[in-house]
Amino acid sequence: MTANAVVSTSAAEPSLLLGKLSWNSLPHDPIVLSTMVVVIIGGIGLFALVTRYKLWGYLWKEWFTTVDHKKIGIMYMILGLVMFLRGFADAIMMRLQQVMAFGGSEGYLNSHHYDQIFTAHGVIMIFFVAMPFITGLMNYVVPLQIGARDVSFPFLNNFSFWMTTSGAVLTMASLFVGEFAATGWLAYPPLSGISYSPSVGVDYYIWALQIAGVGTTLSGINLIVTILKMRAPGMGLMKMPIFTWTSLCANILIVASFPVLTAVLALLTLDRYVGTNFFTNDFGGSSMMYVNLIWIWGHPEVYILILPLFGVFSEVTSTFSGKKLFGYTSMVYATVVITILSYVVWLHHFFTMGSGASVNSFFGITTMVISIPTGAKLFNWLFTMYRGRIRYELPMMWTVAFMLTFTIGGMTGVLLAVPPADFVLHNSLFLIAHFHNVIIGGVLFGIFAAINYWWPKAFGFKLNQFWGKVSFWCWVPGFWVAFAPLYVLGLMGVTRRMRVFDDPSLQIWFAIAAVGAFMIAAGIAAMLIQFAVSIWKREELAETTGDPWNGRTLEWATSSPPADYNFAFTPRIHALDAWYDMKAAGVEHPADGYKDIHMPSNTGAGIILAGISTVCGFALVWHIWWLAGASFATLIATAIIHTFNYKRDFHIPAAEVAATEAKRARLLASAGA
Amino acid sequence: MSANTHAEQVEHDSHGIEIPHASYRDYATGFILSVILTAIPFALVMTGALSPAMTAVTIMLFAVVQIVVHMVYFLHMTPKAEGGWSITSLIFTIIVVGIMLSGSLWVMSHLNANMMPMAHEEMSQLP
Amino acid sequence: MSSATTTIAAGSEAPVYYEIDEHPHPEGHSTLLGFWIYLMSDCLIFAILFACYAVLGGNLAAGPGPKDLFDLNLIALNTAMLLFSSITYGFAMIAMQNKNLRHTQMWLAVTGLFGAAFLAIELYEFSHLIHIGATPQRSAFLSAFFTLVGTHGLHVTFGLVWLVTLIVQLGRHGLNPANQRRVACLSLFWHFLDVIWIGVFTFVYLMGML
Repeated sequence: MTANAVVSTSAAEPSLLLGKLSWNSLPHDPIVLSTMVVVIIGGIGLFALVTRYKLWGYLWKEWFTTVDHKKIGIMYMILGLVMFLRGFADAIMMRLQQVMAFGGSEGYLNSHHYDQIFTAHGVIMIFFVAMPFITGLMNYVVPLQIGARDVSFPFLNNFSFWMTTSGAVLTMASLFVGEFAATGWLAYPPLSGISYSPSVGVDYYIWALQIAGVGTTLSGINLIVTILKMRAPGMGLMKMPIFTWTSLCANILIVASFPVLTAVLALLTLDRYVGTNFFTNDFGGSSMMYVNLIWIWGHPEVYILILPLFGVFSEVTSTFSGKKLFGYTSMVYATVVITILSYVVWLHHFFTMGSGASVNSFFGITTMVISIPTGAKLFNWLFTMYRGRIRYELPMMWTVAFMLTFTIGGMTGVLLAVPPADFVLHNSLFLIAHFHNVIIGGVLFGIFAAINYWWPKAFGFKLNQFWGKVSFWCWVPGFWVAFAPLYVLGLMGVTRRMRVFDDPSLQIWFAIAAVGAFMIAAGIAAMLIQFAVSIWKREELAETTGDPWNGRTLEWATSSPPADYNFAFTPRIHALDAWYDMKAAGVEHPADGYKDIHMPSNTGAGIILAGISTVCGFALVWHIWWLAGASFATLIATAIIHTFNYKRDFHIPAAEVAATEAKRARLLASAGA
Repeated sequence: MSANTHAEQVEHDSHGIEIPHASYRDYATGFILSVILTAIPFALVMTGALSPAMTAVTIMLFAVVQIVVHMVYFLHMTPKAEGGWSITSLIFTIIVVGIMLSGSLWVMSHLNANMMPMAHEEMSQLP
Repeated sequence: MSSATTTIAAGSEAPVYYEIDEHPHPEGHSTLLGFWIYLMSDCLIFAILFACYAVLGGNLAAGPGPKDLFDLNLIALNTAMLLFSSITYGFAMIAMQNKNLRHTQMWLAVTGLFGAAFLAIELYEFSHLIHIGATPQRSAFLSAFFTLVGTHGLHVTFGLVWLVTLIVQLGRHGLNPANQRRVACLSLFWHFLDVIWIGVFTFVYLMGML
């Protein structure tokens, strides 16, 4: 018995105190081990620096406990950026493995490790990169665009952020303690069931997504209500900036689809923890049901990611073409149509599973139909540019790159929407190339456009142009070099998630793709340099007008960065491009008559609750039942105690508002505005 | 629906919070209707008065009516509440729920029919 | 009409771009809508559980089926409990409207008792089923049944915890605006659970006996 236990570590009897956790859970693989050492040293270094400069109090008071939508937005962006580096590291590792594993070589990653890497790459890039990025953007920009002082539920906003972070922390913890899922990013059963994935990888996956999902859903509700209830007077629905419109639709999709993910993962959890038979092979379970359900979430999710960026491109195109957006109304309707249609296309993700012709045709046709409103949007952007005075600043460059890249990605998508074609291309590298083409070309390029566009608003200085352009010219060609070969390979029939290859003639394509990945790496490096250089030279790049791009929407009406209260006086809206309208009318900002401004108070409840959730999630992953129970009870108790706090707001005195605004007026005067 | 979001806020009490007004009459009506709409389906099923198919259709109809009754008398749903947004979100949710339920049933019945385990000989008979 | 008055009239009609004399949003003015939207998202969780039950409900895996297991008398009693709790919550709302703190608390407590009775009956049913071997692990049908009904029960449990908290908070702070809002939110939650229960008893229990 004892000898047996030593040999098979995974089957070791779980202990009462630590559950399945033991020394064996720590990494043995030299790659992971060295990463862990580096991360630990880096973590200690960071901790020491923050302590050395006595920043903990500042971070806690000004950032961690903040309920200011602007700061929370920035924290989301930082979370997205950090996780992006992790997700990209996974991508580079996959590219290297695939280019090496030819001619009998096994490459440098064993299959267990490789499977975790492609799973982690997908999970991280979708849930902890793209989602925080878009949530951060919406958080930062939407209240400013609608002339509000904050979101509807400021505490909930803070809590949502920390829950998302908690999910990210659990995902990162899986790298060093135990392992991550090796199932692919959607964890299809029966592979993800307990009989085929008995270790903790899938549990990490489940609990990370569940905890982050709470944050995502709540922040979706928060932003919907903010947009519906907090718009400045006069801003009717058809006077809302287009980014606010697309954010509204994206958040509706979040609220109406993330519960599906929550429910499906909960059922998988029951299968794994309790032994129910929803998705098992025995006792009447159906793993096809899991695939069906998870794509009911999964397809709207795609539009959750892209819709806000459609809004970004609209704002950028209109601003840098110096024209109002062409076809605003059609743009709004296209967005709404996409929102609804995104619920009737999910089956195109599993045409090959065995539905009959009628089902496949229905979903094939709806998929083709949904490309029509998207196409309409593209024409709107082109017509906005047509005869405009286009300024090719960085946001506009990313937008043009998006239009070119995304259109091709969209067209390969329509190819895949044809069921017979999909039978050939399903799960091939062609599919991989397609969705990277739309997600990188659409979501990521959009985020880069947005960062370059709104950075001056958030920090009061512009981003360095030179390094921005270096990044752009590495990224865009790099993307094509990395993914065009995958289209070719996919057409030749190479499937996704392969670790080794037999046919040596394929190697050249993987080599090209690897070169592309390194070009992208250079682009990312240039972007980090761009941030660093810009922060370094922030005096030179300072932006005092609040309106660096000659913008059209309300966020440019206030200072950069905006005061805590956003607007000293709430603006009243008379036209679609409200700020452009105000500039055209020559409106002067009132210089006195300020009133006390009612604001929400900071609170530590969000980070504390999320911290307890992390512990609870970790305990559940490792079957440490006493800790799971205790932390869950603490979680509920803390939440209840928090509801006993009725004093959650304060007033910024009018004198302080007056002082802040006077300072800004002096700045504006000195800038010669 | 658009410009009036702010103007309509200050209504019921000095705090400006819109808590729907309720009356004994509303709740009593809702309760009595619910009791009737619950009792009949239970009676139908327990006595077996109608054929199973007829019973199924009838009790489904009763359920729908009872849900509407609850929405109106207990949840105070009106087209006006919250500037129309409550009912809009409800209708949207009903549409999405309808798509999910009917879609899942349709898709899964197809998958079940086509992907049933079959013997090799049967497979070769397929078109 | 003198020219002076015209200019004044024109001046007063010039568009206003900043709200000089603004009234801030009343605190909590969006809470009810936000909570309603949360309920809509919760509704989708139930939709998925219903979908699972609809798809997997026939997969008995040679185990017991609905007709072997369900006792409609028990379910009728359970339904009655929830219905009573609905109307008593309604009375609590009316008491709150009349600014009667004691009655509000009392009716909330009565609602809680009915809710607890509902839970007790449901737990009895579950324990009985498990006792006779119809466990959630037995078949996909039973997995879906226990999960759907159990999730509803879990919601009722959370409702009860909330009710108790709220009664204490009402005792401490009285019917202040925040508490009124909370009572109204819990009202939505409670009646929403009723609506879900209509789906459960019709779709699961009554249809199961056909």
